Amino acid sequence: MTDQAAGIPRRESSLLRFVRGAALIRESWVGMIGFAIVLFWVLVAVFAPLLAPFPPNQTGLPLSPPGAAGMTGGVYWLGTDQLGRDTLSRIIYGSRQVLLYAPLATLCAYLVGIPMGLAAGYRRGLTDDILSFISNVILSFPVLVLYIIIIATIGASGTNIVIAVTFASAPGIMRIVRGLVLDLRNREYVFAAETRGESPWRIMLVEILPNARGPLIVDACLRLGYVVITIGTLGFLGLGLPPPDPDWGGMVSELRQFAIVDPLLAVFPCIAISSLVLGFNLLADGLREVSLRD
Amino acid sequence: MLIFMVRRFGTMILTMLVVSILVFLLLEINVEGVAIKVLGPYTSVEQRNLWLERNGYFDPAILRYLRWLGNFVIGDFGNSVRFKVPVSDVLWPRLANTGILGAVALFFASLIGLTLGVIAGMREGGGHDRGVSVSAILTTSVPEFASATFLASFFVFYLQWLPGTSGMIDGFDPVQLVLPVMVLVIYDWGYIARMTRASMAEVMTTHYIRTAVLKGLPYGQVIRRHALRNALIAPFTVIMLQINWLLSGVIVVEVAFAYKGFGALLYEASLNQDIYLIEACAMVAVFVAVMTQTLADIGYTYLNPRIRFS
Amino acid sequence: MGRVEHDYDGPILECRDLCISYFTRAGEIPAVIDFNMSLNQGGSIGLVGESGCGKSTVAMAIMRYLGNNGAIVGGQVLFKGRDMAALSAEELRQLRGNEIAMVYQEPMASLNPSMTLGRQLMEVPLCHENIGEKAAYERAVQILRDVNLADPERVMAAYPHQVSGGQQQRVVIAMALLSNPSLLLLDEPTTALDVTVEAGIIELIGQISEKFNTSMVYISHNLGLILETCNRVNVMYSGVVVESGTVEEVFDQMRHPYTKGLFGCIPLPGADKTARPLVPIRGQLPLPHQRPPGCYFGPRCDFFQGGLCDQPDLHMTQVPNQPGHDVRCRRWQEIDWSTYHPEGVGAGEMKAGDVVLSLKNMRKYYEVTDNSIAAMIRGKRVRHVKANESISLEARSCQTVAIVGESGCGKSTFAKVLMGLETATDGEVVFNGKDISQEQVQKRSADQVGAMQMVFQNPFDTLNPSHTVGSQLARVIRKFGVESNADRIEHRVMELLDLVKLPREFARRRPRQLSGGQKQRVGIARAFAGNPSTVVADEPVSALDVSVQAAVTGLLMDIQKTYRTTMIFISHDLSLVRYLADRVVVMYLGRIVEQGTTDEVFAPPYHPYTEALLSAVPIADTSVQRTRIILEGNLPSVTDPPSGCVFNTRCPRKIGEICETEVPPVVEPSPGHHIACHLPMAELRQMKPVIVMADSPPAPAAE
Repeated sequence: MTDQAAGIPRRESSLLRFVRGAALIRESWVGMIGFAIVLFWVLVAVFAPLLAPFPPNQTGLPLSPPGAAGMTGGVYWLGTDQLGRDTLSRIIYGSRQVLLYAPLATLCAYLVGIPMGLAAGYRRGLTDDILSFISNVILSFPVLVLYIIIIATIGASGTNIVIAVTFASAPGIMRIVRGLVLDLRNREYVFAAETRGESPWRIMLVEILPNARGPLIVDACLRLGYVVITIGTLGFLGLGLPPPDPDWGGMVSELRQFAIVDPLLAVFPCIAISSLVLGFNLLADGLREVSLRD
Repeated sequence: MLIFMVRRFGTMILTMLVVSILVFLLLEINVEGVAIKVLGPYTSVEQRNLWLERNGYFDPAILRYLRWLGNFVIGDFGNSVRFKVPVSDVLWPRLANTGILGAVALFFASLIGLTLGVIAGMREGGGHDRGVSVSAILTTSVPEFASATFLASFFVFYLQWLPGTSGMIDGFDPVQLVLPVMVLVIYDWGYIARMTRASMAEVMTTHYIRTAVLKGLPYGQVIRRHALRNALIAPFTVIMLQINWLLSGVIVVEVAFAYKGFGALLYEASLNQDIYLIEACAMVAVFVAVMTQTLADIGYTYLNPRIRFS
Repeated sequence: MGRVEHDYDGPILECRDLCISYFTRAGEIPAVIDFNMSLNQGGSIGLVGESGCGKSTVAMAIMRYLGNNGAIVGGQVLFKGRDMAALSAEELRQLRGNEIAMVYQEPMASLNPSMTLGRQLMEVPLCHENIGEKAAYERAVQILRDVNLADPERVMAAYPHQVSGGQQQRVVIAMALLSNPSLLLLDEPTTALDVTVEAGIIELIGQISEKFNTSMVYISHNLGLILETCNRVNVMYSGVVVESGTVEEVFDQMRHPYTKGLFGCIPLPGADKTARPLVPIRGQLPLPHQRPPGCYFGPRCDFFQGGLCDQPDLHMTQVPNQPGHDVRCRRWQEIDWSTYHPEGVGAGEMKAGDVVLSLKNMRKYYEVTDNSIAAMIRGKRVRHVKANESISLEARSCQTVAIVGESGCGKSTFAKVLMGLETATDGEVVFNGKDISQEQVQKRSADQVGAMQMVFQNPFDTLNPSHTVGSQLARVIRKFGVESNADRIEHRVMELLDLVKLPREFARRRPRQLSGGQKQRVGIARAFAGNPSTVVADEPVSALDVSVQAAVTGLLMDIQKTYRTTMIFISHDLSLVRYLADRVVVMYLGRIVEQGTTDEVFAPPYHPYTEALLSAVPIADTSVQRTRIILEGNLPSVTDPPSGCVFNTRCPRKIGEICETEVPPVVEPSPGHHIACHLPMAELRQMKPVIVMADSPPAPAAE
């Protein structure tokens, strides 16, 4: 006997629900612009080999101005750096690094921060005191100071950047989650679950966390933007990914030194990184608008 | 209130202790590593052991930690490997420079951020609000090194109004401060404005503002006496905490503009593995950060009558 | 402050064909339609209705404070004959707080937390009159005396959170009265207050209107309060006034079916759950953008006639020989109430069975560490909050035991101990033969947990918004081990939805798509999912509209009869308790002060607290006489209870020092009826009833 015949309505596929939820972003034009920018860079990263006019590490005419012709055909649309490498191609390939490590690092930070925040906010007492103290200790280091010390100690590499970002961001995430949990744990449905004798982790993960997803998603977007800035800054300071792989921050640092020759050269990777962060920030703002209306 | 302050300071000291243990463990526990960093990699094992012996590095770790901590408290940070002078000789002047830079930047960022935040929050969703919000999003999307590059290429190379570096070689020159301050203010005002706006917007929707309006008070009085008094409590804390952020933010700015400040010092020290300098910088930075956090906490409690008198 | 004398002759306030709408992204939503009202000097008019009827919107429109998305789209508001739309912003500002003043629902939220009360009070005369600071201060102190606040200087220097809720509301009233307003708007001023505190405020409002001749517009959802404070009333439904007239006309000679229906939903003293049960109004309030054509009440009305009642342009018609009594109905003249006997949702006879739950001397103390310097010096840092003290009671199957009390009485702690969220400090809690006082809920077996379940207070929060209704019910079924097979669980979910009379397709819906009453029904279904023998209902209908309350209450009683469940009904609503409960337990500051059958508790002899509580409850029946007993002072703090009898600081019948030094003994005027009081039995038996129905026989002579 089918469900309908028994008077039981059909269950809606959860994928369909997710897509419908995500499509809500259409309601905010700010969010749509942000989404478009991010999508643009994702496509650039995915199709990098097809889009870049030159291999990113191939040397050529050093410090050519934007629009100059290459040695063996092709145009250096955005000029070249001191080793003659095409800036445009390096920007295109550089997006891959950023869009690989930034989401990865953010995800790891959330995987660490969320359970900590849940435990601190729900269980309170000693757990909360210890976790909050630890996170305060880590957060009392000015962020970049912390990064410099960590990277200087364990060395610079992609994995180490992920580790450093996770370490430095998890306490902040823990604080946000803890704040949300402190608010949500007083809701009656949580009280109802407690009267049923549900286990604490079940309550945290099934009853509380889904209702915190709005602010957390917005925070995730903002944090993605911030991690992109961090990766760029570390690259600028020479603590990012080792050469010769293109790294937007490192490119800016190198090209700045030749600003006497052409100040415009260093501007292009700055525009690239700023636009990506702008995309994430606008997306976050749009999501916040939409979640408030819900 | 007094008990609260004592407890907060107690927590602060505890935090500093834990941080000091972490720093010690990270940097000084490996005595071999310390010797290499101080004496250079081209020394022999005997030379290193001799030096380690003479400087008490073979004593038990606890003793070394306590001695190290004691030295820190009295201000003896050891000698800088790179500069070949006591660390304090280099550290304090640089810290003062950063203090000047930070204070000026914080002043302008707070001024702009608070003013625009209040205006935006007064009428949520209005024209001012959208304008301020969009501007804030734009400016916080540009990393400091990027805005430094933009400003430099515009003001230094195109307009040729300002110098490209801020080394202050010929004594203090306020013109050289302009670009570094601009970079810091551009990034920071947006955050302060957003927090202020959120606080103001929330206050404007409260029932007591409705009561004030329906009492027939002039609008200016409602804003000044009722709204601001409550709305500015949170931004105050935010501004205090910006000092912590500034210690981070100045690093990039000082490196970009060659400003002889504390951030650049830490950066160079880490590049050169100048161990005692790194330790000193880290401890000082954390101390300033924790101190401002504690003061912010105490200030927030003091300003909020609900907590102060409960 | 003296009597308000006016320079104007006609009505103080007139609303003519007022229409107010809200403008959202979804378009224009009418909130108030065709509203007419005329208030004479010194008169008081009540606006009564359920949520969404537009009563608060009218008040905001009179003040012209509708926010960014509300606007008056038709009609006029005339204050002292002047059209308020024609006023400039400056003139309007001068009227506000000065000639028209307002008192709000939540006093704590309406006061600036960062400003002393004195300063907030002084702002009014400083702004509207040309006086100096010292004179303003004197005026403020004087007005605080006028509203019966003890120690006005201390209140002047205090911040809002340092005074109690009742005191805060008196300050708000004082603030409104400072400038001698001609018109006072009161928007649910006592909803957030305890019943005994409410009585004091109502008395104050009565005094004000008499002493100062202030005209009042009183907004409430509580018909009993309207009866006490107003001389005219407008009954509103979904944005329109359906009946208007003097209080006697509307309460005793009502004409509109909605008015009749409202009174049928309220548990008045004459109602009886078996013989004369409550009659809920079927259907639901229409959503503001989905109003039916013609009469908005049509779909829920027993007298609805298609073709007549759904024609547009429905106006008020006057009742002949009763000028001022108007009804918005096309068929009211054909209706004869004496032949109208709607079916109530009754309980039928329920005979109580064996004892299911029994508590003996249960104590629950919380430990509080006091970190102030004073406590450290004294050496006493750990204090005990005696949340529950010496609780002894019994509950049988198929019986409803009501726990009654105001805030701080310990009822929520009591519920937590029962449910296992807290363990008792001492004493016994025997449930189904087993002592569960020391067993936390995680340690209890699934059967035990399922056997005692709870229905919660706030329907809007009681369901998890992120999960479907069906999945939440299924979870409970699985948890209590009722079923384990997926199909059988699904089947049981459907059964539960049928039990609470909700359509089966709700199983796929999320809570935000349900109304408050529907959510509460799901809450009830959830409580009964595990076949409980006992259900603890913690204010289950307090947050619902009156018309929905009756339906949900009826549902609870119905299920209780079918399953012979024991119900522990926690409430502050004495009228509902009198209607529903078989036994009543009255609590004050953690102790039981009186318990017995409903008839015993609601009739003398009373504990003095019960006496005051009963006198404070507003009753919407013109034939009922009540003695006024106002309690002085505030509710003492639970952390620092008075010694001896906890009620001695406020007791109007205090006999002397013994009340302060000794814990009162428990006396039994009749078997099973316990009163904890020092008063001698003779004096207890001489108490007169607090509530007298006009047609009831006089109280029997004291024995």
